[in-house]
Formats: sequence, structure tokens, C-alpha cells
Amino acid sequence: MSFINYSSREINCKLVYYGPGLCGKTTNLQYIYNKTRPDAKGKMISLATETERTLFFDFLPLSLGEIRGFRTRFHLYTVPGQVFYDASRKLILKGVDGVCFVADSQMERMEANIESLENLRVNLQEQGYDLDKLPYVIQYNKRDLPNVVPVEELSEVLNPTKVPEFEAIATTGVGVFDTLKALAKQVLTELRKGG
Amino acid sequence: MLSPTAVMYEDEVRRIQEVADQLAVDSRARTILVVDKNGQLIAAAGNAHELDTTSLSSLVAGNVAATGGIAKLIEEEEFTGQFHEGKGISVHLSIVARRIILVVLFDKNTTHGLVRLRVRKAIEQLEKIFAEMAQRPQQPQVNVFAEITDADIDNLFND
Repeated sequence: MSFINYSSREINCKLVYYGPGLCGKTTNLQYIYNKTRPDAKGKMISLATETERTLFFDFLPLSLGEIRGFRTRFHLYTVPGQVFYDASRKLILKGVDGVCFVADSQMERMEANIESLENLRVNLQEQGYDLDKLPYVIQYNKRDLPNVVPVEELSEVLNPTKVPEFEAIATTGVGVFDTLKALAKQVLTELRKGG
Repeated sequence: MLSPTAVMYEDEVRRIQEVADQLAVDSRARTILVVDKNGQLIAAAGNAHELDTTSLSSLVAGNVAATGGIAKLIEEEEFTGQFHEGKGISVHLSIVARRIILVVLFDKNTTHGLVRLRVRKAIEQLEKIFAEMAQRPQQPQVNVFAEITDADIDNLFND
């Protein structure tokens, strides 16, 4: 849930990057961290295993400019993608304001994408959210790899409701900020409606 | 539905801040943080300015969420407190009014017993404040963000 503090004149919003294991959620956050001005970001925290797989979450606080005298701050989180960390994923979705689903474009990960997306929907429902009513974008990552599914096909399977979708190569940053901006915009637009 | 927005007004933050400041003095702790369960920092006292309070708040909330998950699995309602003992600094966490985490960082300058005693009093005061907040309408009567334009939002990303 977004948090408006009239005392410090701040708006805080929580964005969650969701998706199957090794789809590039952490890589998205790392790229954002590396390309953001030092004064606009906090420390990036990764709770990861020794093999650098996300164990609980990654966290990156970003501070955008001011809107109507209120400083807008976004807290970016990733979930652990591996199937057996489902209990942790549920916890991170608590209080979410917007979701980015990162899909792995490779042919052999199609099933994992579908399973993860279904898992997202179910876990949100458990928290009382409806994915179709939340600010939500999809990113098709790893477009530089040789065996990728055409975007039209990914879109047909993973994006039936036609939310904003972006092609990306998170390792080099292609599409990373476009995805973030689109999601942040949706969240702020919801705030305008009085969310 | 979008989750409801939590709104906190100046007067409420000021009252919470007063409790935190008083607790820092009474308990002789190094730092007091008042954090909501989603990891947003509400108030900080003591030497908080020397710390990365944003990261601390997020990790504390993650910690409490994980412990809450454990409670649920073993059918325990909630663990209302946690204590992490360090060589130099220890951390005492308490859940207040089911939605707020009161964090006390303390060192050899005080004792765990004194911290617990003073925290109990602070919790009573905080519970009263949050009970009053729960009574008032959560949505702002005047939505100051209703007038945000698309241009305002676009401007945030123009750098």
C-alpha cells in the first residue's frame, strides 16, 4: 500500500518484480541501481544464497523527483523465483502497489513462465488483490538469446489482458527503464484516482 | 482493487516522534525506529541519522514478515517480540497494534531489562495513537493528488 507522510511530505510506493527462476529480476534491479544517480538511490540489498540465487528478496529504494511538493519514493523488490520459495514470495507481495512480471523469452522456459504467472495470480488473491486491477506491466527479457519465442506468441499466452509490455535485455539495460517508468506511471495514476 | 493508501498527518507523526524520542532517553538506547509492517519508516530517534534507516526498515519488516510466516505455519497467532543479541549492539523488536514494528538498538550503555521495561510503556502510548488513527477516515478528505497531471508524472522521469 502506498504510504503518504504529510509530515515529511513523502509518497512511498512498493513495486515488486515477479517471475520464474533465473528470468532476470535481480539483473533488472542491478541495472537500475548502476544507472541511477547516487543521490537518487539507497543501498541495494540482496538476500541471496552463496550461489547468488535470491533467497528472500532484493531491495532497492529509489527517489524520483517531487510531485506537488511531495517527494516520490519507490521501493523496488524482487521475489525469489525458484518454485520452492513460495512462502517467501507471498510475504513480499504484502502491501504491493504495482507488479512487473519478468518473463524469460527462451523457448524452454515457456512452461516456467506460465506456472509463475499463475502462481502470481493465486498469491495475490490470497492477499486480497486482483492482478487485473493492480498496476501491472510485463517484460519479455533475454531478447538477445538465440532460441527466443516471438513476442507475439509470448504476448498471446502471457498477456491476454494486454497490459503494457516491453522487450528487454536486462544485462545490457535494453527496456529496463521503459518497464520501470511504465509501472511507476500506473501506480502514480492510481494515486491520483484516490487509490 | 489497489490496496488502500496509508496516510499519516503531521500531528500524528509528531506524537509518534515524541514517544520515540522519550523512549531513546528513558531506555538509554542508541537508536529507536518506528517502522510499519511494509517497511516504511515512520519515526526515528537517537543516533538514527548515522544509520541507513531505509535499508534497516526494509530488512526489519522482512524479518518480521518471515517470523509471522513461521507463526502461521505452527498455528501461533503472532510472535509479538524478537531479540537479536550481538557482541556490541543488540536489537529488540516489538509488534505494536498488529501493524507497527518498534525497533530498539542498544549497547552496553543500558540493559535488556531496562529496554524491555521502557518499551512496554512506549507500546502503550503508541497503541493509543494508532487506535485513534484507526478511528479517523483513512483516506484524505481532500485528495491532494487528484490534481496531478500526466505532465507532472512525465516530468519525474525527465532526467
